[in-house]
Amino acid sequence: MDILKEIAASLERGEDDRVAGLVRQALEERCAPLDILNRGLIAGMDVVGEQFRKREIFLPDVLIAARGMYAGLDLLKPLLAQEGVPSAGRIVLGSVRGDLHDIGKNLVAIMLKGAGFDVLDLGADVPAQRFVDAAQEHGATVIGLSALLTTTMPVMKEVVELVRARGLAGRVKVIVGGAPVSEAWAREIGADAHGYDAANAVERVRALVAAGA
Amino acid sequence: MRPSLRLLDAALIERILAEARDLLDSLGVEVHNPALLETLAGHGARVDRATARAHLGAALVDRALASAPREFRLHDALGRETHHFGAGQVSFTPGSAAIHILDGETGQMRAPVTADYIRYVKVVSGLPHLASQSTAFIPADVPSRISDSYRLFLSLLYGEKPVVTGAFTIEAFELMKDLQLAVRGTGEALREKPLAIFSCCPTAPLKWSDVTSQNVVDCATWGIPVEFISMPLSGFMAPVTLVGSLVQHAAETLSGVVISQITRPGAPVLWGGSPAIFDLRYETTPMGAVETMMMDCAYSEIGHSLGLPTQAYIALSDAKALDAQAGLETGIGATLAALSGIDSVSGPGMLDFESCQSLEKLVVDDEICAMTQRLVRGIEPKDDFPARPLFEELLREKHLLIARHTRRHLRSEIAFPGPVIDRANRARWLEEGGLTLGQRARREVARLIEAWQPSALGDGVKRELVRRMEGEARRHGMDALPEREA
Ligand code: B12
Repeated sequence: MDILKEIAASLERGEDDRVAGLVRQALEERCAPLDILNRGLIAGMDVVGEQFRKREIFLPDVLIAARGMYAGLDLLKPLLAQEGVPSAGRIVLGSVRGDLHDIGKNLVAIMLKGAGFDVLDLGADVPAQRFVDAAQEHGATVIGLSALLTTTMPVMKEVVELVRARGLAGRVKVIVGGAPVSEAWAREIGADAHGYDAANAVERVRALVAAGA
Repeated sequence: MRPSLRLLDAALIERILAEARDLLDSLGVEVHNPALLETLAGHGARVDRATARAHLGAALVDRALASAPREFRLHDALGRETHHFGAGQVSFTPGSAAIHILDGETGQMRAPVTADYIRYVKVVSGLPHLASQSTAFIPADVPSRISDSYRLFLSLLYGEKPVVTGAFTIEAFELMKDLQLAVRGTGEALREKPLAIFSCCPTAPLKWSDVTSQNVVDCATWGIPVEFISMPLSGFMAPVTLVGSLVQHAAETLSGVVISQITRPGAPVLWGGSPAIFDLRYETTPMGAVETMMMDCAYSEIGHSLGLPTQAYIALSDAKALDAQAGLETGIGATLAALSGIDSVSGPGMLDFESCQSLEKLVVDDEICAMTQRLVRGIEPKDDFPARPLFEELLREKHLLIARHTRRHLRSEIAFPGPVIDRANRARWLEEGGLTLGQRARREVARLIEAWQPSALGDGVKRELVRRMEGEARRHGMDALPEREA
């Protein structure tokens, strides 16, 4: 089998410990690093993501595949230095001030990373200003906010307002999520999107990045 | 004989507790509360200030377990005893702190408001098998920063039953304590007759946030009972095996007992929790899963083995409507909880992973509670031996409808349900409208609201509650509280 297909297939089969070896072999066979990335690693992860969305596989399967992908990516990174490792986008993520719930946010972070996004996770109990500061400092185009308490949802509004006040609206998109948060709430506060679970978050963030590009 | 369920044998309980103690000693708990870390150090914990870890040795844990009360009582707003925890009673309270309410008219989940909360208190006031209210959901028509204390305010203003509640911030505790003081008069009176239980959550794995740990300290200081709500999520934030999750639950809960008891020895606590498995397929924390319920019953056995009264989030459902799933999950949970002798069962009314309350479900669940409470009274002989005289009477009279034996034992032996449980034959059922469960439940909700009588709390106390709540609302930029009906 074509070595690149073999890399993709090993991700799909959850053989994460084989990926680094196969990437090394591909390099020895003089495959271009960018091809290994796109037609091997990313192609494999796309299939995994699709199977996950269709609920054919579960979250741990995605995490195992992602671990394999990162093992391969580590080998490619130095070689891709000139082109740079292409990123699906950069996102700043956190649970808003007053909210210590971070399990859902962590899952979203894991899935976004698995889908090739650069994720800057600010943790829990994060004040509005830190989200916007971090987005500006690191050139993120998306801010992801998580709230599990009805009492902390208003902080999301503060972030949206701050993004506007700093003239970043349109360039920095805000996506919100968490059990009490809905599509309607996102509209009400002027956020750009709402996501209801980790796979959905990936789809929504992808769409935001695509719309912004 | 009281029927009971056992999931763990003595050796397994001992091993789970030994492993939990080892975790507390070797790995320690993270405590994000510098003052509390110092107190812990002062009581002999090995504290690493850089990592905020407190290692709790055997002596400290033993002292805490020795001073934690084996039993304590709860009293309603008028000072009447309603609960005696640790005496073998099983009592039920509505699931607390939902985000949504299931609108009985539209069948839609929506954000609740003040009027919904008042209707809720009226319904709970009339339900005989719910011995306490809980602050069941968060009204969305007041500023979010006062919405946790506001529900306690409404509960104390409209209802007499004691309240299971909790603060969302360190600051909110102050007013929530003041509201209780307004009812009881003095701190001493409140300590003597606790009026509310506060839920305080450690964060899995083995961690206490500043908010929830400070809530434990503040409650202990004021003698307000605490239920620890440890929430291992099996396979995600805890081992996938039920035993592994139980070890984690025991370690987190023991650390809570330590925090409470070093603050004030003898402070009342419930060995509680809300563990759940993690459903990987949907990224959810199902409360209606049988494994979740098994963990609840098992940790209650562990708590009882330590001599502590227990609490659990069980007898609730993940369904999105008052449907068969809601009934079966709630029914199984309530039955297992009662057979396990869980002292305080939090759950009735709740749907959708602890996030939605339903008044209609509450009246149905009250019937479930009634059935389980009957179940645990068990089967006891009552004037049954010798059997011959009664059977002679039956053969003679051809029935026992008006026999002295029947009249004496009918009401205690057979628990007749209220109108939401259908026991009519089909013709009678049709004649009475052929109502579905949902329709019967709605009618019962309306009846209870109509039948509600104002709390007998003195007008002076009610004015004081309003004064304190309005003061807090003003501090948060709200000139007047939302309109309230009588
Ligand atoms: C686990 C849990 C906890 C754990 C949290 C541990 C942790 N490290 O996060 C602990 C025990 C610590 C805890 C504490 C408390 N909790 Co809590 N908790 C829960 C529970 C049961 C499950 C939450 C969860 O982790 N779900 C699993 C994850 C995977 O799902 P998720 O969080 O919804 O996230 C998914 C989606 O929402 C979405 N998503 C989430 N974030 C984002 C962000 C973006 C950008 C996107 C796109 C998508 C997205 O994708 C995620 C993955 O699928 C909920 C009940 C519920 N139905 O949510 C209550 C709940 C949220 N808690 C509640 C309460 C009251 C509290 C406390 C205040 C209790 C107390 N008095 O101590 C404290 C909070 C203190 C504070 N200031 O934060 C209430 C909220 C009430 C309200 N009306 O606001 C709930 C509803 C339960 C209840 N009825 O009491 N809690």
